[in-house]
Amino acid sequence: MSTTTDEGTLTKKDFVTPNDVRWCPGCGDYAILNAVQRTLPDLGVPKEKFVVVSGIGCSSRFPYYMNTYGFHTIHGRAPTVATGVKVANPDLSVWMITGDGDGLSIGANHLLHLLRRNLDINVLLFNNRIYGLTKGQYSPTSEVGKRTKSTPTGSVDYPINPLLFALGSEATFIARTTDTDQKHMVETFKAAQAHKGTSFIEVFQNCVIFNNKTFDSVTGRDVRNDQVMFLEEGKPLVYGEGNSKGIKLNGLNLETVELSEGSLTDGLIIHNPRDPNPAYATLLAQMTYPTFPTPLGVLRQLEGRETYEDSVIGQIKYAQASGEGSLQELLTGNNSWIVEG
Amino acid sequence: MSPSTDSFEEIESAVVRFAGDSGDGMQTVGERFTDSSAFAGNDIATLPDFPAEIRAPAGTLAGVSGFQLQFGSREILTPGDEPDALIAMNPAALKSNIDDLPEGGMLVVNVDSFKKMNLAKAGYENSPLEDENFRKKYHLVELDLTSLTKVALKESPLKPSDKSRCKNFFALGFMYYVYGRPLEPTLKFFRDKWGKKLPDLAEANSTALKAGFNLGDTMETARNRYQVSKAPVQAGVYRKISGNEALVYGLVAGAKQSGRELLYAGYPITPASPILEGLSALKKFGVKTLQAEDEIAAMGMAIGASFAGDLSVVATSGPGMCLKSEFIGLASITELPVVIVDVQRGGPSTGLPTKTEQSDLLQSLYARHGDCPLPVLAAHSPSDCFDCAIEASRIALTYMTPVILLSDLYVANGAEPWKIPNVSELPSIKTKFANPDEEFIVYKRDPETLARTQAIPGQAGLEHRIGGLEKSEDGGVSYDPENHEKMSHLRTDKINGIAESYDPISIQGEKEGDLLVVGWGGTYGAISSATKALQDEGFALSCIHLRHLNPLPNDLEALLSSFKKVIVPELNLGQLSTMLKAKYIKNIISFNKLQGKPFKVSELREEFVTHLSSK
Repeated sequence: MSTTTDEGTLTKKDFVTPNDVRWCPGCGDYAILNAVQRTLPDLGVPKEKFVVVSGIGCSSRFPYYMNTYGFHTIHGRAPTVATGVKVANPDLSVWMITGDGDGLSIGANHLLHLLRRNLDINVLLFNNRIYGLTKGQYSPTSEVGKRTKSTPTGSVDYPINPLLFALGSEATFIARTTDTDQKHMVETFKAAQAHKGTSFIEVFQNCVIFNNKTFDSVTGRDVRNDQVMFLEEGKPLVYGEGNSKGIKLNGLNLETVELSEGSLTDGLIIHNPRDPNPAYATLLAQMTYPTFPTPLGVLRQLEGRETYEDSVIGQIKYAQASGEGSLQELLTGNNSWIVEG
Repeated sequence: MSPSTDSFEEIESAVVRFAGDSGDGMQTVGERFTDSSAFAGNDIATLPDFPAEIRAPAGTLAGVSGFQLQFGSREILTPGDEPDALIAMNPAALKSNIDDLPEGGMLVVNVDSFKKMNLAKAGYENSPLEDENFRKKYHLVELDLTSLTKVALKESPLKPSDKSRCKNFFALGFMYYVYGRPLEPTLKFFRDKWGKKLPDLAEANSTALKAGFNLGDTMETARNRYQVSKAPVQAGVYRKISGNEALVYGLVAGAKQSGRELLYAGYPITPASPILEGLSALKKFGVKTLQAEDEIAAMGMAIGASFAGDLSVVATSGPGMCLKSEFIGLASITELPVVIVDVQRGGPSTGLPTKTEQSDLLQSLYARHGDCPLPVLAAHSPSDCFDCAIEASRIALTYMTPVILLSDLYVANGAEPWKIPNVSELPSIKTKFANPDEEFIVYKRDPETLARTQAIPGQAGLEHRIGGLEKSEDGGVSYDPENHEKMSHLRTDKINGIAESYDPISIQGEKEGDLLVVGWGGTYGAISSATKALQDEGFALSCIHLRHLNPLPNDLEALLSSFKKVIVPELNLGQLSTMLKAKYIKNIISFNKLQGKPFKVSELREEFVTHLSSK
């Protein structure tokens, strides 16, 4: 038996486990699972090299449904386990699945450190703005005033913006996609895999039971043309039916402009996710409904920062360039003495 | 004039304590005295004792740092109950240590520091050196250490303030004279440490050391000189080693003997940080060290690396163990090998962070959610940390389980001579990996060890999922009530079965008698010494020291029953004795101390005698 599979012949089916998927009927997680299973065969990576690591929550059941190596760990701590896997074997393609509670509440500390260390790991944060597995308490991305079982008179917590969190953590790849758009999810996941370093992807995900239609004001069929702006590198920031609207810079702020028919896109911002200055990505990350269209796609992508695992292994290789250490010499040290028999 | 050897008084052992301000370099001179004594062929044991503050205000009681060592021509197992000689660099050092010095003991003081302000800082209204009774009580040697050092370094280009900082080596040189220690190991230390980068400093320290030694030679008051001959030890190559050093080497050896790469993840915490630092310097051995964002993360990284096939290790102290405990549960249910080192210190909470204690035993055994037994072992001396690290690696990899290895601050920071093992004679650790040509069943067990087989990510055909949810044998998530009970029993039986792999308990003394002393961890030296002393006097007592605390050795119960009484001395409020009482339904005498200090041989001896009716 060969020790590697032929990555050229992989299909989605190779990544499906026989386990029954136990998310609620209609959960957005099904669509994300489908998109990941469609993405992985096309990456040129043998199946046995994939490791899917998750924390706790609805989204974190993900590894059980992926026919790869998988590890369902504990609440909030998936980044630490993923780090251990990747440093132990940098040859593995590590995918980390987390949610808004797992990744931004109990595990925000670890997520921050994973992002700043820049391990070559793909992080998918399913944001449904609610605690689903514990049956409907508000989450760190829930809006102020949200009424839930634990906030009967409305939440008083100011929500965290996952993209700004990633920016503040100096992530080298930051993107956003939505469970309602298979094609865009696959494209985004592929872009994440192509990036060398930690790729952070916020996935808008619908919780059909406890927070149904939370993103409908943005991604709903009837409004999305006017509320979603797809980011494409080198292209102007346009959105709306027939790309009738665009985004301009006015001082240090963004403004929306209507483009009259036949108008050129002069003066609109040209999307450049590779600008090392975080100001632009910050402006994008802050574009929120209803003032602005919601950007989907890759906000930021900086190549060139060495990954953590490469640095760790690099230091070891450097130290071993003149040969590996001798354990006997180590034990003996420089100050030994001999006792004659 | 060179001193003649006939002026020496031959003694079997001596205890010397250096005490001074945190910035006075007491740990450094203690270390040097230790090295010098090791070179002289003595057996040694050391006790560094420093405050939690890096630099408490100069001259205050809070800032006193000490280093005690015992060296001898016989087997030395403890740093000694009380000093024969105390070196006090300032009034605060004198005040906080003088109660330990017995009448007639040698007291060397730096009189230059006995000025009004320093006396006041130490809480003295008048200098004790002016008290006639005090002066008569001890063999007092007053040295103007600061000014003598300045005079000795007249020619040195160092700044005056740097010159006066060499006074610790002046004092050391004086003590070398008193105990006939060789200067060369210390001169070599100066050359190695500063010779190239700071030659002036190396030269000044050498001059101060020699000046101190020569002063002893010319001083009338120092005519009492002591000779401590070589200790009779097995032939071989020796070195001095501390507990944390030995642990670092043992972990590297464990990885080598098991053919795995070593990954260490840690968060700085006293007294375990030297393990992180020590392993970080061993990149030549392929050791990967990760300084994690917190204690929890360190445990997670280790679990991830273990899943990917490394020998993974974390080390911490009590508070860090609490933080890791949820993750330890995950390692238990996923049955992944991780070596978890707890270098114990005084607790709870921040407690006494720079003092020793043995109070994490029950935490190690029980502080987890669910039924989650784990192997627990404890190192009994600095050099024993080496063997225990290999043993912990063996248990973790052979039985696919996290293992808790207890050390403590006393063991970790203390040092002793160590007969360097021959690497080719170290035990090998064999572990089985899944065969990609066979069907892989995640929780199928080895019939002998009950360990599951590990399949390392990256191999085709062995893809599988593990996680915190209960699983059935095939690796599928299972909420089946019978399955949970069955898996819980299997995990417990696996741990209990580890006892089958132990060597028989080694006993000091007869296998039956009036009193059995049962110890564990860093109390070994004191228990063994006290027991030996009473055995020499004809008492029918024996002692054993448990390395394995879970599962307990299978031959323990019979031993306990072979003695009229059993006593368990511990530096906690009775943790092992509670375990033994619960497991064996026996009357166990607890003897406890909780002062951040090790047992004295004398206090154990006194206690043991009260339980021994007659010789």
